[in-house]
Amino acid sequence: MAIGLLDRRLLFVTGKGGVGKTTVAAALALLAVGEGRRTLVCELDAKGDLAGAYEVGPLAFEARQLQPGLFAMAMDTEASLREYLAVQLKMPRLSRLGAMARTFDFLANAAPGIKEILTVGKLAWETRERHYDVVIVDAAASGHIIGQLRAPQAINELLSVGLVREQTGWMLQLLGDAAVTGVVVVAAPEEMPVTETLELVEELATTGVDLAAVVVNRVLPELFGRSEEEVFDRLAEPEAAAALAEVVGRPVAPVLEAARLAVRLRRTRAAHLVRLREGLNQRSGPPRPVVYVPELFSRSHGRRATNQVAEALAAELS
Amino acid sequence: MTGAAVEQLLAAKEIVVVCGAGGVGKTTTAAALATVAAADLGAKVLVLTVDPARRLAAAMGLHALGNAETRVGAEAFADAGLEPRGELWAAMLDTKQSWDELVRRHAPDAATRDAILANPLYRNVTGKFVHSHDYIAMERLYELHSSGVYDLIVVDTPPTGHAIDFLEAPERMADFFSSRLLRWLLVPYRSRLVNAASRPFYQIADRALGSAFLTDVAEFFILFQSMYEGFVARARAVERVLEDRRTSFVVVTTLEAAPAHEAGRFVEVLAAKRLHLGAVVLNRVLPSELLDGGATQAARELRARPDQLAQALASARPDAPGPPALVARVLQELGESFLNFAVVAKREAELRAELAVDPALVATVPALDTDVYDLAGLVRLGQALRR
Repeated sequence: MAIGLLDRRLLFVTGKGGVGKTTVAAALALLAVGEGRRTLVCELDAKGDLAGAYEVGPLAFEARQLQPGLFAMAMDTEASLREYLAVQLKMPRLSRLGAMARTFDFLANAAPGIKEILTVGKLAWETRERHYDVVIVDAAASGHIIGQLRAPQAINELLSVGLVREQTGWMLQLLGDAAVTGVVVVAAPEEMPVTETLELVEELATTGVDLAAVVVNRVLPELFGRSEEEVFDRLAEPEAAAALAEVVGRPVAPVLEAARLAVRLRRTRAAHLVRLREGLNQRSGPPRPVVYVPELFSRSHGRRATNQVAEALAAELS
Repeated sequence: MTGAAVEQLLAAKEIVVVCGAGGVGKTTTAAALATVAAADLGAKVLVLTVDPARRLAAAMGLHALGNAETRVGAEAFADAGLEPRGELWAAMLDTKQSWDELVRRHAPDAATRDAILANPLYRNVTGKFVHSHDYIAMERLYELHSSGVYDLIVVDTPPTGHAIDFLEAPERMADFFSSRLLRWLLVPYRSRLVNAASRPFYQIADRALGSAFLTDVAEFFILFQSMYEGFVARARAVERVLEDRRTSFVVVTTLEAAPAHEAGRFVEVLAAKRLHLGAVVLNRVLPSELLDGGATQAARELRARPDQLAQALASARPDAPGPPALVARVLQELGESFLNFAVVAKREAELRAELAVDPALVATVPALDTDVYDLAGLVRLGQALRR
C-alpha cells in the first residue's frame, strides 16, 4: 500500500454501531505503540467502551498514560473549549466564570458545527503540534462522522470573520492531507454494516478526508473445503450420524446441527463480503486495504479481546 | 415464557416503541412485529421506521424516502404466500421535512415562518439541533397516533448514543425553550443593553466567532422563542402519550456485553419513569443445544482423537463417508467448531441470567441463518417472536 496505515498521524475509526469499532481503535493503538510510536487514543462518545477495551478506569479529557507510549483520553467539548480559549485565544481559564462556560456549552449544543469543531479541532491540534506520533480516534458512528469531518468547512462558510474562522484554514489542510489524516471504516459481514460502509465511503469522498482502510470484523473462517463438505453431508445422514454417535459414545446430533448453522452463517456472511468488495472496487481513487479480522468466538470485551484483535490486525497488515 | 407477552402487546396496545442499542436488529424487529400484527391479527398497522436497510424497505414497498405513509401492497403479501387480514402501512422519518412542518404549524405568523425557514442556522441545524432526530420521531408518533387512523403504530427508534436519549427528547425540548439561560443569552439582543453579567461572554464570543454569526444565532433563537408555547405544549403532549398505558416499549438486544448492558439500563429507566415494558426481545440467540453437556463431551472427543474415531467409524460401516484421513479432518473440525460456538453460547447464557427481567416478558429469536429481507422473512421472524 502507498501509505502505511499507521504512518498516518490522525486516524478516525468509525463504523455502524455494534461492529466492534472501539475494539478495533484500541487494537490499532496497541499496534502503533508496538511499533514504537507515541500514541494517543481518544474516545468521542463518552460511553466508556474504550476504557473497557483496555480494562482501565474511566478516561478524562486530560490524556492519561496507560502503558509506556500509550495515552488515552475521552473527548469533552466543554473542556476542549476551555483549553482552546486559554491556549489559542490566550484567555483566562473559564472555570472562574462558571455561568459563562455553561452558556458556551449551551450555545455549542444548539449551534451547528460548534461541538464538532471543538472535537475535531482538539484532535487536529494534538496532531499538528506533534504531541504524539499518531492520534487514533474512536470516532462517532457512521451516521455522525461526516458531520464532524465537515465541521471546519461548515464553520468556514458560516462565519465570515473571527478567530474561529481563522483556525479552520489549517484544520482543513491537515484533514485533507492524505499523508496525515485518514478514516478507517469498521464493518461486519452483515447486511446493514456493509450497506452503511459503502454509503460512508461514498460520502467520505465529499469531505476531502481520505479513506485509509476498511476493517472487516468477525469474519467466520471457512469450516469445510469442498471435499470435506461432501463428507460432512454424508456423515449428517441419519444412519451415518447414528453410527458416529455409537463410535463416540455420546450424542452427536447437536454437534452436526451446530456445524450446519456455522456453514450457513458463513455462507450468508460471505455474500455480504462479496458485495463489500465489489462496492469498494467501484470507488474512484487509489485502492485501499481491506483488512479481515476473524470471528474470535469470545464475546468478551476487555484487554484480552483487544489483544487478540491487535494480533489479527498485525498479521493482516504485515 | 415468551410469545404471550408479544401477542398481548400486538393485540391490546396502540403504540409499540421498539428500542435498543445500534446493530441489534431493531428495525427488522419493528417491521416483523408490524407485519404479523397486520397479517394475523387483522389490524391496521403502521410501522414508522428510521433509515431501514434498502432491501427491507423494498420488501415493504418503500422505494422513496419521505414522510408519506405507504401501504404495503397485496401483491407483496401474495408473493410471500400470505393473505393479510389487516393492512400494513409503512413510513420513514424525514427529519428535515418534519421540522419544516413543525415550524409551519407553530409559527405565529407567515413572516416569522418564512424568516425561520430562511435562517441559515435553521437550515443547518435541523439535522443536529438538540437531539432533533429523537424529538422528531416522538413528535411524528404523536401526530400519527392522534390522527386515529391506525389500530397500532410500531415505532423503530433512531440510533442514538444512548438508547434512553429519545425518551428524554420531549422534556429536553421543553427545557430548552423555557430555559432561563436561553433568555439570558438573548437579553442584549433584545434590549441592546449589555448587562454586566453577560458582557464577558459577548466579548469573548465576538472575538472568537464574529458578531455577524452571533446575530444569526440570536435571530434564530428569538424566532424560535415565538414558537415557544406551541413547542412546549406539544412536547408535554408527546410525553403524556408515552406514559399512557396504551403505549408499550419493546427492548431489543443481542446477548453481547455492550448491547445487553444498555438494554438492562433501559429496562431500569423505563421502570423509574413508570413507562410500560411490554417485552424484551433477545435477538440472534445461539441454540441451547450448544450448552448440552453430552454434546460438549462428544465435541471434545471429536477434537481430541479424530483419527481413531474415523478408523472406528470405517470399521463399523462398510460404506465409509470418505477416506479416513479426510473423515478425521472433518470430525476434528466438527468438534472444534462446536466448542467455538459453545464458548459464545455460554457467554450468552451468562448475559441472559444477568438481565434482571421477568422471564414472562422475554422473547427469544434464534440466530437465523439467513438475513431477513422480504415479507415472508418478516412474518417468519414475527411468528418466532410470538412463539
